[in-house]
Amino acid sequence: MNHTKTKKAFLSGNEAFAEGIRLARPQVISAYPITPQTLVVERLSEMVEDQSLAAEFIHVESEHSALSCAMGASAVGARAFTATSSQGLLYMAECLTYASGGRFPIVMMNANRATALPWNIYGDQRDSLSLLDCGWIQAYAENAQESLDLALMSYYIAEHPKVATPFMVNLDGFVLTHTYEVVHIPEQAQADAFLPPYTTENKLDFASPRNLGFSVGPELNDGFKYKEHLGMMAAKDVITEAEEKFAAIFGRTYPGLIETYETEDADYILITLGTIAGQVKDVVEGLRAKGEKVGMIRIRYMRPFPNEEIASAVKGAKAIGVLEKDISFGNEGTVYTNVNSALQKAGVSLPTANYIGGLGGKNISPHEIEEIFHALKKNESQVRFLGLEEV
Amino acid sequence: MLEILWHGRGGQGAFTAARLLGAAYIQDAAGFALAFPSFGPERRGAPIRAFTKLDKQPITNRSEIEQADFVIYLDDTLFSEEEAFAELKPDGKILLNTKKQWQDQRIISIDGDTLSTEILGRPITNTVMLGALAALAPEIAIDQLITAIQGYMAPKLQEKNIALVKAAADAIHKEAQTR
Repeated sequence: MNHTKTKKAFLSGNEAFAEGIRLARPQVISAYPITPQTLVVERLSEMVEDQSLAAEFIHVESEHSALSCAMGASAVGARAFTATSSQGLLYMAECLTYASGGRFPIVMMNANRATALPWNIYGDQRDSLSLLDCGWIQAYAENAQESLDLALMSYYIAEHPKVATPFMVNLDGFVLTHTYEVVHIPEQAQADAFLPPYTTENKLDFASPRNLGFSVGPELNDGFKYKEHLGMMAAKDVITEAEEKFAAIFGRTYPGLIETYETEDADYILITLGTIAGQVKDVVEGLRAKGEKVGMIRIRYMRPFPNEEIASAVKGAKAIGVLEKDISFGNEGTVYTNVNSALQKAGVSLPTANYIGGLGGKNISPHEIEEIFHALKKNESQVRFLGLEEV
Repeated sequence: MLEILWHGRGGQGAFTAARLLGAAYIQDAAGFALAFPSFGPERRGAPIRAFTKLDKQPITNRSEIEQADFVIYLDDTLFSEEEAFAELKPDGKILLNTKKQWQDQRIISIDGDTLSTEILGRPITNTVMLGALAALAPEIAIDQLITAIQGYMAPKLQEKNIALVKAAADAIHKEAQTR
């Protein structure tokens, strides 16, 4: 890795993300604080105050206003940022489809946190996963370095003319947002070489007047929605392009929509997302040392969804599991639903089991992950709540 | 991996110590660290735990430390031998801020309240325990702790806390000679 131009620092996920946003030079930051996201916008407000970041910082009165404000900024061609979590994300849900339908490439950090009731400030992924259909790109980080790097890459991808889609970067609440770790902070010149200023024709402009945010009846509406879908699908290639350019400038490589770990000859593969993937890797390493052919897939992007990538990575396996901090009540985990659809479309027929865990910040132990790998050998399709039901 | 488990009360700076320790260790080009508190609402006086994991390779397991190489108590009202030893690796050490003495060789005591009152004017012992740890663990260098304090502590606190780190390390070295 090329770290000659970088500064090695000890930062939390929140702080690392704020550093990434600073390097991306947003022009407008609109924010309303909510635990565990608060530190990101606090740091950014300090950067604006000490003039290390030239942006308008607008402290709004609610999350609904935070995203509305970001849209207003994006609609005049500005690079906009906001951040939220949990109930705050749900409160801005109405605005999510406005931003995506308006093709405003806003970047938002979401600190993944449980949704009420019972009230709970700890991490799980029910907030963002319940909003997969809102037309936002959704990425999930594993560590603070990836968080900083996604802050930069998210603008590159979102603003690409073929994509023009807002981007939600998800960081596990507390486990990532509040954990301090090694982060290499690039130099501004590197960030500028990677990320050009935002230019668009999709803006209010006196010199070239146009209509934005209009009504469309049934005769044309589906055309707009189709184009929105194509924009999101186009993000797949742009993600690859962004990661290649990123590697050339910063010396860090990323594996696209999914990360695979020891999957090539694996009989049993556990699919997951976010920080828990690190722990699954440790368990895979331990089981491999005992001769067990196990592997892991970390989903980095839930939208656009890595259908072909997952199907191709698991096709030689005997059974797979999906571990997620989410439940779609009355059915199963949403990640599991998406994975099963990917396999079915690719004609891959495998037993698949779903493990719901980590809700409301509940610890998932390495021992429980080992038990999941043992349970996969039963080759059964099932949905189980970790710790509450026998796996 | 070297694992350090911190016990303190809200306001005593246990998490700050956990974080400074990580910031010290990563100054080595090959150093990796994770530092995090027991998550939840912050309340002054309530018992909290904090965790530092140090290694020469990236650390991917973010779960709480179950058994540590060092279990450090900033406040001896939180200490019970039974609980402390349950959290300790077989050849680990307990580092305790206390005015009392223990017979058990695995318990290292230091009177951090007196030391910090002398130097800081207040019984805030988190940097005392960092200095003591540096004297006990060859992996932790005093110089790197000092650089961490300079990089991550408010400027007006740095000078006295650096003096305190050095004084605590000296106190542990002296006691080791007399033992």
